[in-house]
Amino acid sequence: MADYNIQEMVQKNKNNKRTKIVEKSIPIILFLITCISILTTIGILYTLISETFIFFTRVSFIDFITDTEWNAFSSDPSWGIISLIMGTLKIVVIAILVAIPIGLGAAIYLSEYATDRTRRTIKPILEILAGIPTVVYGTFAITFVTPLIRGIFPEVNLYNAISPGVVVGIMIVPMIASLSEDAMSSVPNTTREGSLGLGATRLETVFKVIIPAAASGIISSFVLGISRAIGETMIVSIAAGSTPNASLDIRESLQTMTGFIVQVTSGDASYGTDLYYSLYAVGMTLFLFTLVMNMISQWITRRFKEEY
Amino acid sequence: MQLVDKDQVSKSLGGRLIRNNIMKFLFLLCTLVGLVVLVTLIVDTVLDGWNYLTWDFLTSFSSSRPENAGVYGAIIGSIWLMAVTAPVSIILSVGTAMYLEEYAPENRLTDFIKINISNLAGVPSVVFGLLGLTIFVRQLALGNSVLAAGLTLSLMILPVIVVSSQEAIRSVPSTVREASVGMGATKWQTVSRIILPAAIPGIITGIILALSRAIGETAPLVVLGVPVSLLVTPNSALDTFQALPMQIYNWVKMPQEEFQYLTAAGIIILLIILFLMNSVAIYIRNKFSKRY
Amino acid sequence: MTDSQLKEDKNMGTEMGTEIGTEVKQADNASGIIESGQPVFQAKDFNLWYADNHALQNINLTFSENEISAIIGPSGCGKSTFIKALNRMVELVPIVRTEGHILYRGDNIFDKKMTVEELRTKVGMVFQNPNPFPKSIYDNVAYGARVHGIKKKKILDQIVEKSLRGAAIWDEVKDRLNQNAYGLSGGQQQRVCIARALAIEPDVILMDEPTSALDPISTTKIEDLIQQLSKDYSIVVVTHNMQQAARVSDKTAFFYQGYVVEHDDTSAIFENPKDKRTEDYVSGRFG
Repeated sequence: MADYNIQEMVQKNKNNKRTKIVEKSIPIILFLITCISILTTIGILYTLISETFIFFTRVSFIDFITDTEWNAFSSDPSWGIISLIMGTLKIVVIAILVAIPIGLGAAIYLSEYATDRTRRTIKPILEILAGIPTVVYGTFAITFVTPLIRGIFPEVNLYNAISPGVVVGIMIVPMIASLSEDAMSSVPNTTREGSLGLGATRLETVFKVIIPAAASGIISSFVLGISRAIGETMIVSIAAGSTPNASLDIRESLQTMTGFIVQVTSGDASYGTDLYYSLYAVGMTLFLFTLVMNMISQWITRRFKEEY
Repeated sequence: MQLVDKDQVSKSLGGRLIRNNIMKFLFLLCTLVGLVVLVTLIVDTVLDGWNYLTWDFLTSFSSSRPENAGVYGAIIGSIWLMAVTAPVSIILSVGTAMYLEEYAPENRLTDFIKINISNLAGVPSVVFGLLGLTIFVRQLALGNSVLAAGLTLSLMILPVIVVSSQEAIRSVPSTVREASVGMGATKWQTVSRIILPAAIPGIITGIILALSRAIGETAPLVVLGVPVSLLVTPNSALDTFQALPMQIYNWVKMPQEEFQYLTAAGIIILLIILFLMNSVAIYIRNKFSKRY
Repeated sequence: MTDSQLKEDKNMGTEMGTEIGTEVKQADNASGIIESGQPVFQAKDFNLWYADNHALQNINLTFSENEISAIIGPSGCGKSTFIKALNRMVELVPIVRTEGHILYRGDNIFDKKMTVEELRTKVGMVFQNPNPFPKSIYDNVAYGARVHGIKKKKILDQIVEKSLRGAAIWDEVKDRLNQNAYGLSGGQQQRVCIARALAIEPDVILMDEPTSALDPISTTKIEDLIQQLSKDYSIVVVTHNMQQAARVSDKTAFFYQGYVVEHDDTSAIFENPKDKRTEDYVSGRFG
């Protein structure tokens, strides 16, 4: 029945030029594509460093890090980044105070107590929550959370640290919950059973066995959460106000680093002004903060990698 | 000698069980916080915006008078934006994931690329905005066009798609790969005919989720200077445009109360789009999840 | 048997007089057998390392045309590694290093002139676990022909039918060629994988424990199939199942700790083993 010889046809195809060229060029093309990610990093560093450098030829670096006032729009501006950093820190501290207990609690429940069905219902809800745009969270903060807080504590300003802080916290709950849950679920069942088999309760097992075993994953989820909170932009732009100050009062209006960048760029910062270059100095500071956080998180994951 | 006092153990057991149950309840509450917030947010938004969600709202351009304002320009602009972002980010990210999983040698450059990508994932979106402003808007003179914004968003979501595509490619069992090369198929034949088709559901799920993040992203667009009031839709990728999240951000800052309702109506539209995108992603994931 | 006699025997068997090893310390009677037919594979002083682990040591073995050769041995003896070296699949593990030669029809497979793709079109492989592609049965079987540039539908149809018939599964799947191969039972999947290997009409078929994941009935079917295939193909089969080696093969090689301990007619290995270790293994005292 064979009116063909396969090996012969295969031999003929062996010297097919197209196949050979494709085979040789694909890895090169893919490598070039991969280099875009490196170019992106180089682009970010180049952008931030070169423009920040110009900024510091005009404004003293010492003033930048020691001055406690940030007054960029005045005719006699002052550039004390501490005010903006303090704004960011207030938001971050409130956010993690909300996010860590709730996120970890949810992770414990999902990993150790929930039935499979509950887990399958709750996890998509957390995913939806993680996918809500920050501009929506910002609107929620200003139209719902702020009036709620002001209803209880009337002395709180319309723009304050509490409302955006809490909402940023809620925004990062899904991330902390899901990363911590992953870490706890990957503790092997034999370890869990070893503790439960001795008559320990679920709770004791969680705190004495599971959490210590999953510590590095849990802590790195906290660090990543902090990094997200530092870089969060829209919620604070909408609900935190635009008055930079270094005070610790969380009832007052404030401005974060990200909030400043949005405020300047949504007006017109004419190219070449001090104000324009200050964007990059603030962006650079912000970038360094998040970079350090990400590196800490990676270091924790690598350094304390659980071996099961 | 008895080292363990059995009476003591059984006496303390009751307390331990109660503590366990109390904490279990608290953990459950933590889990439900997400659900409560989600429901509150949706109900609050729908109550505010429902009455403003009219046909006119969908077909009108933005306006300084709330009774005339709509999201037509913003929706068309956001579609344009995705039309640029989707192909660019897919080519860049899937290409990178294929290189890292299938071709990259084990050396320091590869390690560096991987670390670099996970660091990029942690860079705040507003910093990507500064990158786009400097490189695309000014140096390449693209202005605040669809192209400039699309390229910026593509770079921003690149790490997300790379990681999810890598996972999808890695989940194709090595036995299938061996079967293909074992028949004399070349590397690229194996990758293009076996690995990619098998990984494609996972890759598509990752892409949709990343795009749904991009479509709601506001901060980089603010930094790029995307306009909020515009009475035309773009004719090409080099034209300027409006975007739905920018429109929402603009309205929420307005002092007049009516704009708050428009904000809510805009959010409803955005959430419906996101809900549809997520449903597609979840459908694809569930449909193809039990392949191996 | 003395060393010199051994050397002579081997030279006769392989018809390659000059370069055959003087270092056959590992096994006194490793290759002292009389060959039948043309040699297909000849391993000469073949060594293989996984990083520092010397997994195959001075292997000298010859497999001949239209024979079923079985490779047996306890887990970790190197039998799977060896069969994967025959089509260079072992190179997928990056830390592997080899020394010595394996000749396929007289050509060294590690030579630069021979591409792996070319070798693997002539030396097909069936794997331990059924590993069909997540595609239709038809596309699975047509895959090899397609990657080698055969596109005509008419020819592909013929190839698919002939291969599925060859793998004794045509009647079971002919009405559902367009269904996903994952819907088949394990035994059926494995026969589709065999059909897939047959489709490019290889010269040799390597089988790496092809029935270890299957139930007894499927195993019997595959064993029958192996015997039928030996009319047209040379077959090398690795198995941990000694009864299977005894049932299907003409020649058997016993591997132990990276060495070939004994290679002989299957009946000789099982009924009259020359080496104590072989005897212990085939009589079930270890392994």
